[in-house]
Amino acid sequence: MEIDPFIFRFSIFILSIFIGYYVVWSVTPSLHTPLMSVTNAISSVIIVGAIIAALAGSTEKIFEISNVFGFLAIILAAINIFGGFLVTQRMLQMYKKKKK
Amino acid sequence: MSANLSATFYLLSGILFILALRGLSSPETSRQGNYMGIAGMIIAILVTFLSVGNFGTGFIYVLIFLIIGGSIGAFIAFRIPMTAMPELVAGFHSLVGLAAVFVAVSAFLKPEAFNLGIVGNIKLASLIEMSLGAAIGAITFSGSIIAFLKLRGIMSGAPITFKGQHLLNLILGISILVLIFYLCKIQSNNLFWTIVTISFLLGVLLIIPIGGADMPVVISMLNSYSGWAAAGIGFTLENTALIITGALVGSSGAILSYIMCKGMNRSFFNVILGGWGATEQNSLSKTKEQKPVKNGNADDAAFLMKNASSVIIVPGYGMAVAQAQHALREMVDALKKNGVKVSYAIHPVAGRMPGHMNVLLAEANVPYDEVFELEEINNDFANCDVAYVIGANDVTNPVAKSDPQSPIYGMPVLDVEKSKSVLFVKRSLSPGYAGIDNDLFYRDNTLMLFADAKKMTEEIVKNL
Repeated sequence: MEIDPFIFRFSIFILSIFIGYYVVWSVTPSLHTPLMSVTNAISSVIIVGAIIAALAGSTEKIFEISNVFGFLAIILAAINIFGGFLVTQRMLQMYKKKKK
Repeated sequence: MSANLSATFYLLSGILFILALRGLSSPETSRQGNYMGIAGMIIAILVTFLSVGNFGTGFIYVLIFLIIGGSIGAFIAFRIPMTAMPELVAGFHSLVGLAAVFVAVSAFLKPEAFNLGIVGNIKLASLIEMSLGAAIGAITFSGSIIAFLKLRGIMSGAPITFKGQHLLNLILGISILVLIFYLCKIQSNNLFWTIVTISFLLGVLLIIPIGGADMPVVISMLNSYSGWAAAGIGFTLENTALIITGALVGSSGAILSYIMCKGMNRSFFNVILGGWGATEQNSLSKTKEQKPVKNGNADDAAFLMKNASSVIIVPGYGMAVAQAQHALREMVDALKKNGVKVSYAIHPVAGRMPGHMNVLLAEANVPYDEVFELEEINNDFANCDVAYVIGANDVTNPVAKSDPQSPIYGMPVLDVEKSKSVLFVKRSLSPGYAGIDNDLFYRDNTLMLFADAKKMTEEIVKNL
């Protein structure tokens, strides 16, 4: 009997939740705000779906309704990717150790 | 690019995202972690371009839109003041949510582009995944918008409650599930739009009853939702990077919500159901008789601190509102010159989001090894000469330890009252968010400094 590919993806999903659990507990509380902004940025990897949606269909009709939703999603995700990573970077630059 | 090769690269970008979070375990490794996250994102985007393989006019438009969005994001990231970080994060969550909705809509309208079947005959599993993704995305979007408006002060932070609210939310939640069930049977467009609309409505209704100071929980929760929405879409697109990321972000937000709830000794449902302290406690505190307080000025405060050997600073949301972090840093510098040992004590729920105070202190160039969490520093108050409470209130209230009747009883608090003297900067004697009087105001070793946090701190600097 063959295993449905969904089960494989589901396994990845569950194992990732466990990885997330242990990794996030080890994040130092003083970096919880950068944690939120960086998780924000990486969850915008949803842009992958947006790109597929935007480029779907024939090359003549590039602005069909489903493509338009794709393009809109690209803008939103791009704001998040750039905004999220850059603001995280800006915050992390500020964390300094005591000068001895 | 073959499907197997691109899947391998998506796995790689998923691993880089894990390492990005791992880096945050200490400030030294965190910057490197952020670069790994960026690398993971670049890989994911490039692989997608290569596997779609369509480099026609559409590709140019994709780049244009990418650049437009990217410039807006970069502009916001550089311009935003650090005090506005909570509302920025809420705003960003709303965008992830809406992007998830858009991708789901697009997949529903043109399933063949995603190998999900054809219109009217979409694979059952995909249909469930995309409608769940769309519903959670929509809830995340509208909920985050409300959180954004409350944090920004455009909307009042006070809880909005009405009769039958929780019942209504329950009915809406169940109806979403029922509609998804029917959608799987008849695949009608209208049904799909109805699900999205109800989810938008539910997002608004879920967040309006939650008050301003509970925002740390709300933001973390929405963070978690945005992850689950991304994971839902990841299943639809059969994309490993998206599934891994969704799971990471989902559990990250859930853990943060848990930490925040624990910091207030409240259950998650108690926070979500909202309306804390909005009703009975307020009237209680009004009827309380006036008790004497000791009133001081900047001169007294400067004198006390200059002659102390150790000072602990307790910042709270009031410091963020008054933008007092830079003045505070100057004050600490002056104290250090006088040989005073200074450290900072941060309560887990101080401010409006997890880690809010730490970022503001970092912005003011406070070294992170002078900043301590509640468990690390709480025993030190007993040996400290002066505690300087700036903009915090409920998190210092000793009532949480002594009075089982109090609504905040059992909440972990900073043992500020154990220090030899307490300087409490506050504009008035008004109760904090929980609506209860702070016992600390009336203690013999407390000196109240009635002023704006920033002005008072600047005054003290002048007097040092």
